[in-house]
Amino acid sequence: MQKIHFIAGICGLLMAFISGCGGSGTEKLPILGSREPVEKEVDGKIVTDTVYHQIPDFQLLNQDSVRISSQLFDNSVYIADFFFTSCPSICPIMQRNLLEVYNEYKGDPRVKFLSHSLDFKHDSPAVLRAYAQKLGVTNDQWQFVTGTKAEIYGLADSYMVYAKEDSNAPGGFDHSGYFLLVDKDKHIRGAYDGTDKAQVELLRGDLETLLKANE
Amino acid sequence: MRRNGYVYLAFAALSLYLLLQSCQGEEAIRKAQYTANGQKLYTSHCQNCHGAKGEGLGALYPPLTDSSYLHEHRDQLACFIKHGLSGPIEVGGKAFDGEMPAMPQLTPIEIAYILTYIGNTFGNTEGFYSQEEVQQALKMCENTAR
Ligand code: HEC
Repeated sequence: MQKIHFIAGICGLLMAFISGCGGSGTEKLPILGSREPVEKEVDGKIVTDTVYHQIPDFQLLNQDSVRISSQLFDNSVYIADFFFTSCPSICPIMQRNLLEVYNEYKGDPRVKFLSHSLDFKHDSPAVLRAYAQKLGVTNDQWQFVTGTKAEIYGLADSYMVYAKEDSNAPGGFDHSGYFLLVDKDKHIRGAYDGTDKAQVELLRGDLETLLKANE
Repeated sequence: MRRNGYVYLAFAALSLYLLLQSCQGEEAIRKAQYTANGQKLYTSHCQNCHGAKGEGLGALYPPLTDSSYLHEHRDQLACFIKHGLSGPIEVGGKAFDGEMPAMPQLTPIEIAYILTYIGNTFGNTEGFYSQEEVQQALKMCENTAR
């Protein structure tokens, strides 16, 4: 009798473990950035709601010299980053890694890509277009955009990416190489070092989680 | 499973033996040293563009796997690294027209390390690059005042 109890106990523990691990299928990604409580009146009662950090509306010029707006991303999840075409340091690694993800999801309308150039002087739409073609981007699922200095650096702030003009940095711009995973509501759901293979693997997993949650 | 294990063991022993044999020559020792140093420098100075396997990136950065290109330009490679390279070239049957930045901070011995590494990795068999060969090669481009 004692023995049976023991075995049952072990089984119970095992079950707990397995269901604990198996729970990852329904996991929910956090919403990154600042959050503010706002008081609202609902049915005559004051309730506190949370407003999450959101990417603001934007309008930017893409590689086809077309002005695109944030609405283009309304019905998809997207991955954003900041780079410039003549960047001699981290950008080639980032874009090589992002290209792999792009190739996996090419033709999948649920996923888009958005690369912002920090070099607002040199990276004209024509330069961005040549870059995209040479990188191997063959459809408009991956947008390469430019804007005024205020627009681009303002957005970098919204995406929580450090970016600064700095003549001492390689190529003239100092910036961090993060990939930001953004959901349909323009909330940032993950930030990953785009130069680190292991982090890019995390991004892949989180992207799938987000897509599943959207189903 | 067992049998495979023995085969691997025998293979490992054989490679170790061959490695020790070939390391007898002083040149071979130097080559191994240069390759090891060159790998570190490659990782920090070149890999971002040319890739961990020398595979390049699309039509942006050419691969370092075209042995005949490297062979034909053997005496220019040091200049490419030190002073940069731009303009149209053809590598591995593909056209490139990009810009490789100059790396004036690299010394001749460091360039010899890097060239020995890429010249004997990624399927290339260029052999050893000495510091003297690099110095000689650098004279050519420094004379033509690039
Ligand atoms: C910022 C990116 C970048 C970095 C860093 C870089 N290269 Fe290059 N490399 C290029 C580009 C672009 C070309 C092609 C230039 C052209 O089209 O004229 C090139 C061409 C070459 C070539 C001749 C073509 C070929 O592929 O065989 C060699 C050799 C080469 N690079 C070696 C190196 C070595 C060694 C280093 C490190 C010391 C290095 N490169 C660092 C971008 C880079």
